Amino acid sequence: MSNEEKNVQKLVEVNGLKQYFPVKSGFGKTIPLKAVDGVSFDIMPGETLGLVGESGCGKTTVGRSILRLYEPTAGEVRYNGELITKKNMAEYRKEMQMVFQDPYSSLNPRMTVEDIIGEPLDVHKLYTSKGERRDKILHLMELVGLNAEHATRYAHEFSGGQRQRIGIARALAVDPKFIVCDEPVSALDVSIQAQVINMFEELQEKLGVAYLFIAHDLLVVHHISNRIAVMYLGKIVEIADADELNDNPMHPYTQSLLSAVPIPDPKIAKAKKRIVLEGDVPSPLKMPSGCAFRTRCKYATERCAQECPNLVDRGNGHKVACFNK
Amino acid sequence: MSEIDKMPKKAPFSMQIDLSKFEKATEEEKKQQDVMSESTTFLKDSMRKLFKNPLAVFSIVVLVCIILLIVIAPKVVPYGYSEMLQVNGVRDKTAQNLAPMTYSENELAYMEETGEKLFPHIFGTDELCRDYFIRVVYGTRVSLSVGLFASIIVLIIGVLYGSISGYAGGKTDLIMMRVVDIIYSLPDMLVMILLSVVLKEVMPDMPGVLGKLGSNMIAIFMVFGLLYWVGMARLIRGQILSVKENEYVLAARTIGAKPGRIIRRHILPNCLSVIIITTALQIPSAIFTESFLSFIGLGVQAPMPSLGSLANAARGGLNSYPYKLLFPALMICLIVLALNLLGDGLRDALDPKLRK
Ligand SMILES: Nc1ncnc2c1ncn2[C@@H]1O[C@H](COP(=O)(O)OP(=O)(O)OP(=O)(O)O)[C@@H](O)[C@H]1O
Ligand SMILES: [Mg+2]
Repeated sequence: MSNEEKNVQKLVEVNGLKQYFPVKSGFGKTIPLKAVDGVSFDIMPGETLGLVGESGCGKTTVGRSILRLYEPTAGEVRYNGELITKKNMAEYRKEMQMVFQDPYSSLNPRMTVEDIIGEPLDVHKLYTSKGERRDKILHLMELVGLNAEHATRYAHEFSGGQRQRIGIARALAVDPKFIVCDEPVSALDVSIQAQVINMFEELQEKLGVAYLFIAHDLLVVHHISNRIAVMYLGKIVEIADADELNDNPMHPYTQSLLSAVPIPDPKIAKAKKRIVLEGDVPSPLKMPSGCAFRTRCKYATERCAQECPNLVDRGNGHKVACFNK
Repeated sequence: MSEIDKMPKKAPFSMQIDLSKFEKATEEEKKQQDVMSESTTFLKDSMRKLFKNPLAVFSIVVLVCIILLIVIAPKVVPYGYSEMLQVNGVRDKTAQNLAPMTYSENELAYMEETGEKLFPHIFGTDELCRDYFIRVVYGTRVSLSVGLFASIIVLIIGVLYGSISGYAGGKTDLIMMRVVDIIYSLPDMLVMILLSVVLKEVMPDMPGVLGKLGSNMIAIFMVFGLLYWVGMARLIRGQILSVKENEYVLAARTIGAKPGRIIRRHILPNCLSVIIITTALQIPSAIFTESFLSFIGLGVQAPMPSLGSLANAARGGLNSYPYKLLFPALMICLIVLALNLLGDGLRDALDPKLRK
């Protein structure tokens, strides 16, 4: 019974999500590229879950599979307790939205800002008159800090930060409860990054949306997230509260990521030892046996090559997938 | 003393910014930031831009003039395209191969006699004593409508087929593109010749305009509808495959837009430049195809002229009557040039990045 209650509380629940892409390997043969390989996590209403990992580890793919922009190979996604992996997504398009990674290709160059932001309103018929549509669009633009006079301009007339705001306004138009933010700030320069991130926080306070906040910058993620999940080659290797993860990283990969975060104070920075990982990230087409990280891990043992470690709770919801740490 | 004059003056030769060049924004100017300007649609915006392009306006004017000419001229000029000239109800045998703006001996005599003024032969006459101006007008009519209809057929079939194939992708795309490959490999001239022969047998007398144009013309339309759309379909498919990869298409799916809307609102508008340029070039190419077919005797049915058949007929007396080639050739040039310029202008107008 208590288990059921918990289920209802969770906004998004991801269970063993797998996303394989068929890749041609000559002569009609295809082999699966395991972009996401068994990922599980959940997100509470109004919460931010940060998702970090290096380029190509499958963060974007996780976000898109949750929204069924890709058909997941296996695993289930629940929204408000409802299994949505096999359902018609039409009714959930109003609940779950996405802000895309690339502010340049995520806006149609042949639409005015007004039409870009207005499109979700058009699709879901969220207005009764033209005037109401306009008012809603103006309100959304104000919400993300755009001027009303921007409405009739085209996307290419805007800076990266402004484009990202347009993308955010579009995502907010349907009043979603959950937004996947796919590296919304990594294409922006640092000064604007802070602005946009603060805006995300303000919007969350105002509207109570939950975020899956994807980034590869731990500092950014730590700032905005309640909890953080660390991904490596399609798997989550560690998930914990933001502060807990920052103070007490357990997985060797997380430790090396954290040691690479620049520290403003040179004294502390000197005292800290930088853990440099050896070797390269293996290709997702040729995954090592057992633990995916073992080829670059200094603690690796025989066992790591044979078995794949599962996420184990080490108390307080701090879960780690490692035999040795 | 105004606000500006009170500001400190810049020292001469200093690199300092001259403050007097800056003005404070007035309240009114500040307000401008907050009002949303009149909302425009993409189409309205583009049309406004099109009409600011002098070359495009020039070509529109030329095309409108040509269209007015082919609509009005047959009503004003008292001669028919297949009618041998008559004076006073008698066939005028002296009216053969007249130079532009001249009258035949019989006509001169008639005018002398009655004092009545006859309509001039603006382009002269041909060797069968027919008024050449009206023949060129009818030829333009035929050629332009062949070009237009053939292009519309190609446009509709090609865009539909190509966008479905490109958008669906996967197995559907594979099968649809193999069909295109097969059609591509059919010899178009052979099909056209066979079709016109078969059509002549099957439907010897067709009513109305179709009958006047003849079975050859219908064969041309059918061949365009059957075979020529494949080039357009391939182009559109390729374009859609690349446009489809953009994140704004994913964003539209995230919003919940249906495939039809995604194709209409996101994919096709971004393929527009390719579609427009190809269509603008398709019209001249259809006109040329028809001219070529007339040249080898498979074009419009005599006595109906087309620009191609007129030019072909003029080859014989090229040394004596060069203007007979000049007029239809000039008409073809004008049409092709205007269409190309208009296509260019449209492409630019529909690209917001080129907007001033
Ligand atoms: N549509 C696709 N078809 C085939 N392979 C894909 C596809 N999309 C992604 N991949 C592969 O899946 C892996 C994960 O890609 P993904 O885009 O999720 O990475 P990411 O973590 O978002 O990286 P980044 O930080 O650079 O955005 C990559 O190896 C990529 O090549
Ligand atoms: Mg990504």
